Amino acid sequence: MENIYSEKIMDHFRNPRNLGEIADADGVGVVGNPRCGDVMKMYIKVESRKSKVGKAEEFIRDIRFQTLGCGAAIASSSIATEMAKDKTLDEALKISGKDISREMGKFPPAKFHCSILAEEGIKKAIADYRKNEVRRKK
Amino acid sequence: MKKIYLDNAATTPVHPEVLAAMAPYFSDQFGNASSIHSFGQVARSAVDAARREIAQFLNCKSTEIIFTSGGSESDNLAINGVVESLKSKVESKPHVITSAFEHHAVLDTIIELEADGVIEATYIKPSSDGLIGAESVKKAIKKNTLLVSIMYVNNEIGTVQPIRAIGQMIEKENKTRDSRIFFHTDAVQATEYFEMNVDYLHVDLLSISAHKIYGPKGVGLLYVRSGTPIKHQIVGGGQEHKKRAGTENVPGIIGFAKAIELIDRSKNERLKKLRDRLIDGLLKIPNSRLNGSQEERSPANVNISFLNAEGESILLNLDMEGIAASTGSACTSGSLEPSHVLSAMGLPPEECHGSVRFTLGRQTAAEEIDKVILVMKNIVEKLRKMSPLK
Repeated sequence: MENIYSEKIMDHFRNPRNLGEIADADGVGVVGNPRCGDVMKMYIKVESRKSKVGKAEEFIRDIRFQTLGCGAAIASSSIATEMAKDKTLDEALKISGKDISREMGKFPPAKFHCSILAEEGIKKAIADYRKNEVRRKK
Repeated sequence: MKKIYLDNAATTPVHPEVLAAMAPYFSDQFGNASSIHSFGQVARSAVDAARREIAQFLNCKSTEIIFTSGGSESDNLAINGVVESLKSKVESKPHVITSAFEHHAVLDTIIELEADGVIEATYIKPSSDGLIGAESVKKAIKKNTLLVSIMYVNNEIGTVQPIRAIGQMIEKENKTRDSRIFFHTDAVQATEYFEMNVDYLHVDLLSISAHKIYGPKGVGLLYVRSGTPIKHQIVGGGQEHKKRAGTENVPGIIGFAKAIELIDRSKNERLKKLRDRLIDGLLKIPNSRLNGSQEERSPANVNISFLNAEGESILLNLDMEGIAASTGSACTSGSLEPSHVLSAMGLPPEECHGSVRFTLGRQTAAEEIDKVILVMKNIVEKLRKMSPLK
C-alpha cells in the first residue's frame, strides 16, 4: 500500500498536522461532496501584523482542517495547512493545487483532485473571512 | 508484527503441496506437450492426467475443458467466443443478458460488444441484498437472446446466485425456442466452496481460476459443453482442441489440478462461523451495514460499509496494523467512480465510499478475527473524528 504514496504523504496521513476545529474561527470553507467521497473543511484564524516595510497586513495565524476522504485527501489537507499557516491572505490565495501536489510528492494521478480540493478549501475559508469582515464593518 | 491476510478473494497463497506437484515441470520435465519425443510425451501425459482429474471434479468430459491464462481470459473467451461464432448465423442482432454487478472481465466484454454494435445487451440489476433471481433473467429473455452470463459468487460482496435455478429455467425455455440460449457462469469465487458439477448446475460454460483456490497465478479454464459453438480468440497452434492456441502451461496446469484435488468443502462450516463472528463484531460499530445477503453468501466474504469513514483510509490504517483487506471504494481503483457492484444494488455513493471487504481463507484463525474487530473499531472511530461530517 505504502508505495503508491510518498513517505511524506504517509507521514501526514499517520500524523496529520493542524487537525481539528477552531471554535471561534474567522473563516470556514467546506469543499467536496460526500457523494464523490471527499469532504474537506478548513478553519482559519486571521490577525493583523506589520509587514517588513511597515505596512499592516492580514495573515493566517491559525488554520485547522477536518477531512473525510482517502489517504491523499487527508495528507493534502494536512500539507496545505502547513503551507498556509503564517502566510498573508494574499500569499495564501496564491497556493495552487500544483504547489500542494509538489509538496506531497508521489501519488497516483487520479488523486490530483485532492490537492485542488485543499487549494479550494483555503480559498473558500479566506473568502468566508472577507465576507464576515464586510458584515462586521457594516 | 504478525500479518493478517484477509484478501483471499484477490488471491491465495500457493499450497505447499501444489508447489511440490509443480516443481518437477519447470527444469526437469520441461518438455513441450506438443512435441513428439519423450520430453514432450512426459509433459503431454501429465497434462492429460490433470485434465482428467479436473474433468472429474466438474463432472464433464476432458475434451470440454479449455485451459487458459486465468479467469479473465476464460470470461472473455466464453462471451466473445460464443457471440462471434453465432453472430453470422442469426437473423437479428444477437442479445446477451448479464448482471449489472458482474466482474469486469464479463461486464466490460459485453459493454464493448454492445458499443461496437455487435450485440444488444441487458444488464439485470441485483436486488438490494445482491441477488439475481431466475425470474428476472427469464423476464429479460428475447427472441434473439443467445447468451446469458451470470456470476456464481460475486467477488465484492460474496452473494451466491441461484445458478442451478437459472440453468434449469434456460433449459426449459430452450425446449420451446427456435434458437438455443447458452448459459455461462463465472465461477471464479465459487470454486472453493460450492457445487461445481456442471450437469447439476445446468451450465454450458463455466470459468475458473487457479490462484483463487491456492493454486498458481496465470492458469485457469473454461468449461465448454459439447455442442456449444465457440470461436477461438488466440490463434496459432492447435492446442486445446483448436480452441486456444499457445504452448500449454504445464506446471500451471499440474498445480491447478492439485489445487482442485485439495479443495475440502467440509471446512466451509468453520469458515462460516469465523465470517459471522467478524460480521457480528463489525456491525457493533455504529452506522455500519453489511452489504449483500448474509444467508446466500460465500463463507469467506464480509463486506461492510461504514458511514463517514472512507474505504482507502480504512485500508491504509489496517495496513499499518499489518492487516490486508480490500475495498470497492472509488479511490483505490484509481477511477473516481464508486463500486459498480454496490451502486448496482442501489447503495447511495456516500455509503459505497466507506465499504471494506474482508475475505477469509484456509489460514484464517479466530484470534485474527478478534484482532480485526478491535482494530477496526479504533480506525473507524479515529476517521470519524477527523471527518467534518458527524
